Amino acid sequence: MAVEEKKKKKVIKVDVDKCNGCRACETICSAFHAEPKYSSTNPEKSKIRVLFDPIRDVYVPVYAGEYTEAECNGRGEYTIDEKTYDECAFCRASCPARDYFKDPDSGLPLKCDMCLDDPPQDEPLCVKWCLADALTYEEVDEDGDEEKEETADEMETGLGALIKKHGFKRVMEILAKMNEEKADK
Amino acid sequence: MRYAETGYNLEIDLSTGNIERAATDLRDAELYMGGLGTNAKILWDRVPPEVEPFSEKNVLIFGSGLLCGTPAIGCNRTIVSSISPQTLLMGYSMMGGFFAPELKYAGYDKIIIRGKSKKLVYLWIHNDKVEIRDASHLEGKGSVETEVLIKQELEQPKAHVASIGLAGENRVHYASIEQGRSSASRLGLGAVMGDKGLKAIAVRGTKSINIARPAEFIELCDEVLEYIKFREENPIQGVPPILAGLGSPQEMKLHDEKWHTENFTWGNARERRKEFWNQEVEKKWSATMDGVQTRLLSCYNCPMKCGASINVPGISTYMMKCYSKLTYTMAAFSDLDFGFKIVQRATEYGVDGFTTPQVIAFAIECYEAGVLTDEDMPGFPVDSEGRFYWLLDKIVNREGIGDILANGTHWAAEAIGKGAHEYAHNNIKKHEQLPLKLGMLNPLYFLMYCTGEKLNITQIEGNFPQAPFATQEDKEAFVKDWHQVPDEKFKQWVLDWDMRGERSIPNYPTPQMSSEIVDWQERMHYIDDSLGMCAGLSSFPLKPAYHMHNYPKFISAGAGLDMDEDKLTQAARRNRTLIRAINIRRGMSRKDEKPPEDHWRKRFPELEEELLDTYYAFRGWNKEGIPTKGYLGQLGLDYVADDLIARGILKDNGNKPAKEDKNKGS
Repeated sequence: MAVEEKKKKKVIKVDVDKCNGCRACETICSAFHAEPKYSSTNPEKSKIRVLFDPIRDVYVPVYAGEYTEAECNGRGEYTIDEKTYDECAFCRASCPARDYFKDPDSGLPLKCDMCLDDPPQDEPLCVKWCLADALTYEEVDEDGDEEKEETADEMETGLGALIKKHGFKRVMEILAKMNEEKADK
Repeated sequence: MRYAETGYNLEIDLSTGNIERAATDLRDAELYMGGLGTNAKILWDRVPPEVEPFSEKNVLIFGSGLLCGTPAIGCNRTIVSSISPQTLLMGYSMMGGFFAPELKYAGYDKIIIRGKSKKLVYLWIHNDKVEIRDASHLEGKGSVETEVLIKQELEQPKAHVASIGLAGENRVHYASIEQGRSSASRLGLGAVMGDKGLKAIAVRGTKSINIARPAEFIELCDEVLEYIKFREENPIQGVPPILAGLGSPQEMKLHDEKWHTENFTWGNARERRKEFWNQEVEKKWSATMDGVQTRLLSCYNCPMKCGASINVPGISTYMMKCYSKLTYTMAAFSDLDFGFKIVQRATEYGVDGFTTPQVIAFAIECYEAGVLTDEDMPGFPVDSEGRFYWLLDKIVNREGIGDILANGTHWAAEAIGKGAHEYAHNNIKKHEQLPLKLGMLNPLYFLMYCTGEKLNITQIEGNFPQAPFATQEDKEAFVKDWHQVPDEKFKQWVLDWDMRGERSIPNYPTPQMSSEIVDWQERMHYIDDSLGMCAGLSSFPLKPAYHMHNYPKFISAGAGLDMDEDKLTQAARRNRTLIRAINIRRGMSRKDEKPPEDHWRKRFPELEEELLDTYYAFRGWNKEGIPTKGYLGQLGLDYVADDLIARGILKDNGNKPAKEDKNKGS
C-alpha cells in the first residue's frame, strides 16, 4: 500500500488571557480580504472578531466558522476563573442570533479561509499581527484512517437499519437492481 | 473616491437640533492633513477671538486623524479641539482608544458641535442614522457608568462612547472627556461639552475606509510591525527603563518607579524625594499593582499596552492609562494603593489627572499657610487622603470652596487673593504643568515650555534625548542606528553634547541648534496630531517606528496625497503657525511665554531672551512671537495675515510687531 501524505489541519489557537483587545486581527483580516487586496479596511467585514466587554474583562477573539441557518437553543453561561461568559462568546458560527460574521453590505456569511493566498502566507495575517501572542497558528495532522473507519461504521449502521426494516433479501434485491441500472448507463 | 478620509463631517447644532452631513474639500487635506490641522482651520474660520469658551458660538470638534481607520498601526487618536475655559486660548486634547476609527467606519471624519442644548442630551451616530437623544436619566452619572448605560439602552455592545462625568456637567475648568481606556483630559474640553448640554457621543460604524495604493501601504505597515518587534527586543541603553522602549510611558507594565518618584516633585509640585525609592517600596508597590490589575490594554490596532483594567476590591472597575497612578499618590504624599482608589472616583467624575491633584495640593498648602481657613473649608479633614477625597467632591460639585477651586489654580488664586498666587506657582499660560523642579536651565526645554501651544510638555518633547549621554561610547552607540533623524547633523550634536564643560547646558545646544531640535520634535507632534497617530509610536519616544522618512510614504500611499519630506515639513509648520495665530488673535504674546518661575533654580535672563529671539526668527515670527506676513504667505496662510493686519495685530505691512496692547492677555 502506498504511503499517502497526511493531510494537515490548520488551526488558530486562542489564548484569551493574552488578548489586550487591540483588534489588530480584525483590521488586517478585513484589509487582506478586501477586493482588490488591502484596498479597504472595515472590521465589520473581518472573519475574526474580538468579542469584548471591558467592564467584565471579557476579551475573546473568535474566528468565523460555518454558517448556520437556524440558531441553536443553547444560551447558557460559562463561569471560568470567576468570570462569566455567554455561551455565544465562544461560538464560531455565522448565525441568525447575532450580528457577527455577516458582511455588512450583502448580509452574506463570512468564514475564515486561513488567508488563502498565492504564494501562500506563512501564517494567517491575524496571527502575524498579534504581537501579544493571543493568537498562534498550528498545523496538526489530520488522522485520515480514523475518518475512513468512521464512514464505514456509519454505512454499516445505516444498512443494518434498512435490513431490520425491510429484510435482508429485499435490500439485496434493490442493491442488485441499482447495480444493473448503473451498468446500463 | 476619497482615500483614508471619508470626505464628510457631521455638523451638529445643539441649539436648533439641526444635523447635517457636510462634504469636505480635498484641498484642506492637502494643506492641513486632518485631525488637529483641519480642526484648527475650522476654529480659525468659525470662532472669532471675542467668542467665550462657554458661548453658543464656541465650537467643539471631535476630529479623527487623516490615517485613522486605515491599517496604519497605532493610528487611532481622536483630536478634540475648542476654546479652553482655563487658558481662554485654543485647547486641544487627544485620546486614543477606539472612537476615531469607529467614527470613520460610520462615515465621518469629524463631528463639529455648536450651540447649546437646553436639556442634557447625548448623540447617537450609527452609520447614516444620527440622533440627538434625551440624557436626563444620565444626569450626574459617572463617565464609565454612562458608557455602560448607553450601550445597554441602545443594545449596541460594539458602540464606542465618549462621555463626561459630573465635573463636565458642572463645567469644572479641567473636566475631561472619557472614552473607555482613554480620555481627552487636558484644558477643560469636558467643561465645554457639559456647557453644550452634551453628556456623551456614542458611535457605531460598519462602512469601509479606502486605501489609495494598497500593496505599498501594507508593506509600510509590515515594516513598522517589524521595527516595533525589534525595539521590544532591543531597548535603548543608558537611559532609565521608562525611556527605553516604545509606547506611552509604560506605567501599567513597569513596576520600577524610581525615575518618577525621585525626579518629579511631591505635594504641590514642591518637594523632591531623592532617596524615596528602595526595595521595600518596590516590593510593596509591585504587590499593589499586581493586586488591582486584571489585564493590560491596548488601543485600536496597536500592540503597545499602555493601559490596564483596574479592579480595586469594593469599587467598580475602571481603566487606567499612563501616569495618573502617581499624580494623586505623589500630590498627597501618599501610597500607590491610595492612587488606584482615588483615580476610580476621579475617572467617574471625569477630571484631568494632572491638574486635579495639583489643585487639591494647592488648596491644602493655602490652608496650611492660613490663606484658606476653616471658615472657607468647614469640616476639612485632618488626614491627607481624607482631604483629597473631600476636596475632589467639593470641586466636582462646585460646592463652597470647590466652586473657586473648580477653575484651576490660576483663577482660584485670583479669586482667593491674600497672596494665594504664591501657591499657584506651577503654571504656564494659566495651565498646571508637570510637577518638575530642576537645577540648570535646559535650552531645549526652555523653548518647548515657553512657546508650545499644547501647554503640555509630554506632547511637545520627544525624539531628541532629554539629557546628554555620560560617555563617548554611550553617545556613539546611541547614534549608530538612529535612522529617524531628519538630518545627520542631529547625530553630531548628540556626540558633541557633554554633561559638563563648554558643550553642556545651558549654552549647548546653542540657541540656533536648540531651535532646530525643537522644530524637529514639534514637527513630529504636529504630524501625529494631524494623522491621528499615537505619540507613543512616533513623536514621544526615542527611536520611534514612525519618522520623517517613512511618514510621507504612508500619507502618499494611504491618502493618495502627493507628499514628500519637504511638503510634510511645510504642512506641519503650517499647522503649527495656524494654531499660533489663533492664540495670538486671542491675545497671547511674548510676555506669556515663560516657564514657571521656579522650574529651574539656575536661570539666565539674557540667554533666555536670545533663545526666544532665535526661535521666533527661525519660525518666521517677529520679535513678539507673531507670524509675519511674509512667512504666512510662504505657508499659504495669506488669509491669516490679512486678518491679523485688519485687526491691527500685525502692523507696518505685517512684518514689524505691533506695540504691546495693554488690554490683551495677562
